[in-house]
Amino acid sequence: MAANPMSQFDVYRIGPEIKVGAFDISFTNASLFMILSTVSILLIFNLGSKKNSILPNKIQLLAELSYTFVSKMISDTAGSKAKPYFAFIFSLFMFVLFCNMFGMIPYTFTVTSHIIVTFVLAAFIFIGVTVIGFIKHGFGYLKLFVPSGVPAVLLPLIVVIEIISYLSRPISLSVRLFANMMAGHTMMKVFGGFVISLGIVGGWLPLSFSVALTGLEILVAFLQAYVFAILTCIYLNDALNLHH
Amino acid sequence: MVKKIYFQSIFFSFFFIKEAFAAESGGMPQLNPEFWVSQIFWLILTFGIMYLVLSKLILPKISNNLESRKSQILENIEAAEKQREDSDAKLKEYDEIISKSKLEANSIFNQAREKALKDIGAKREVLDKQIDNEIAEAEKEIDVLRKNAPDKINKIAIETSSELLQKLIGAEVNNSSISAIVDDLSKRNGDKYYGN
Repeated sequence: MAANPMSQFDVYRIGPEIKVGAFDISFTNASLFMILSTVSILLIFNLGSKKNSILPNKIQLLAELSYTFVSKMISDTAGSKAKPYFAFIFSLFMFVLFCNMFGMIPYTFTVTSHIIVTFVLAAFIFIGVTVIGFIKHGFGYLKLFVPSGVPAVLLPLIVVIEIISYLSRPISLSVRLFANMMAGHTMMKVFGGFVISLGIVGGWLPLSFSVALTGLEILVAFLQAYVFAILTCIYLNDALNLHH
Repeated sequence: MVKKIYFQSIFFSFFFIKEAFAAESGGMPQLNPEFWVSQIFWLILTFGIMYLVLSKLILPKISNNLESRKSQILENIEAAEKQREDSDAKLKEYDEIISKSKLEANSIFNQAREKALKDIGAKREVLDKQIDNEIAEAEKEIDVLRKNAPDKINKIAIETSSELLQKLIGAEVNNSSISAIVDDLSKRNGDKYYGN
C-alpha cells in the first residue's frame, strides 16, 4: 500500500455509510481534514480576536497580520468596491492554506489535492463572479469580451478567445491548485520510497532531496493558497470594475 | 476552441469514467467519483459554517480591534503632541519670567544704588556744611582771642612791671607812666611777638 505514491490520495469511509437518497455523503478522511482545517482556523482566529490589547500577544498578532495581509491583497487587486467580499476571500484563503498545510504533516490527507474539491470552489467563484458582474453592469458585462482598441478585423477572433479564456477560468483555477498539490505530494512520496529502496548506502541523496522538497512544498502550499485567493480577487475586480 | 474542447472532453469524461477507474487500482484516486458527492457535501458544510462564523463573529471583532488600536494610538499621539506644545509654551513662559525678573532685579539694584549714592551725597553735603560752620566759628574765636591777647599781655606787663619796680626800688610808680612805656614797647616789638 505504501509503495504506491498515489495511495496517499485515497478517500475512505470513516464510520458508517450515510446515504441521502441516491447520494453517499459518508464521513471520510477528506471530511475529517476539512473539519480539522476549519476548526483550527476558527480556534486560532477566535483566540486571536478575543482580547483587545494595545500590545497584541502572539496569536492576536497572527490573526491581525493575516487580516491586514488579506485586506491589503484585496484592496490592491480589486479596489475598495470589493470590501463586502472580504470575508469570503479571507475564508477561502485560510481554508485553502490550512488544507494545504495540514497536508504537509506526514500521514495526513490533503483535501485540496482532489480535483472535485478545488473544482467546486472554483466553480462557485466563477458563478458568483459572473452573477456579480451581471448584477453590477447588466448586459454591459458582456463588454468584458470586447477589449477596446482592437482592430475590427481581429474582433471576432478576439471575442472568441476572450470567451474561451473566461470559461476556462474555473478549470484553470481548480486544476492549478489540485495539480500543484498532487504533483508535490506524489514527488515527495516517490523520493521517500527511494530512500527506503536505496537503503543506508545510497539513501542519503534522495533523503536530502526530500528535505529540500519539504521546504519547497511548504512554500508551494502557501503560494498556491495565495494564488487561488489573488486570482479570485482579479476575477472579482473584472466583475466590479469593468475596464474593457 | 481546441483548448476549450480539450478541457471540456477531459472534464466531462470525469463523470462517465467511474467504472474504468474504479476497476483500475493504480489510477488517480481523485478521478474515482465514489466519494465526490460526500466531498462536495462536507466541503459546503464545513466551508459554509467557517464562512458564517468568520464573517459574522470573528472578522468584525478583529477589524474592531484594529480600528480601536489605530484610533487609540492616534489619540495618544495627539495627546503627546498637545502635551509637548503645552510644555513648550510653559518653557517659553518660564524663560520670559526669568528674563523679566532679571531685568527687574537689575532695575531695582540700579535704583537702590542711585538712592544710596544720593543719600550719601546729601549727608556729605550736610556734614560738609556743618564742618565748614564749625571751622568758621573756631576761626572767629581764634581771631577774637588773638585780638584780645595784646591788651591782656599789656595789662599783665604793666602790673608785673609796677610790682617789679615797687619791689626793686620800694617806691610807688605811676601806673600811667608805666603803661605809656609798655605801649611804646609793645608797638615797637609787637611785630616781633605776634607776627602782625
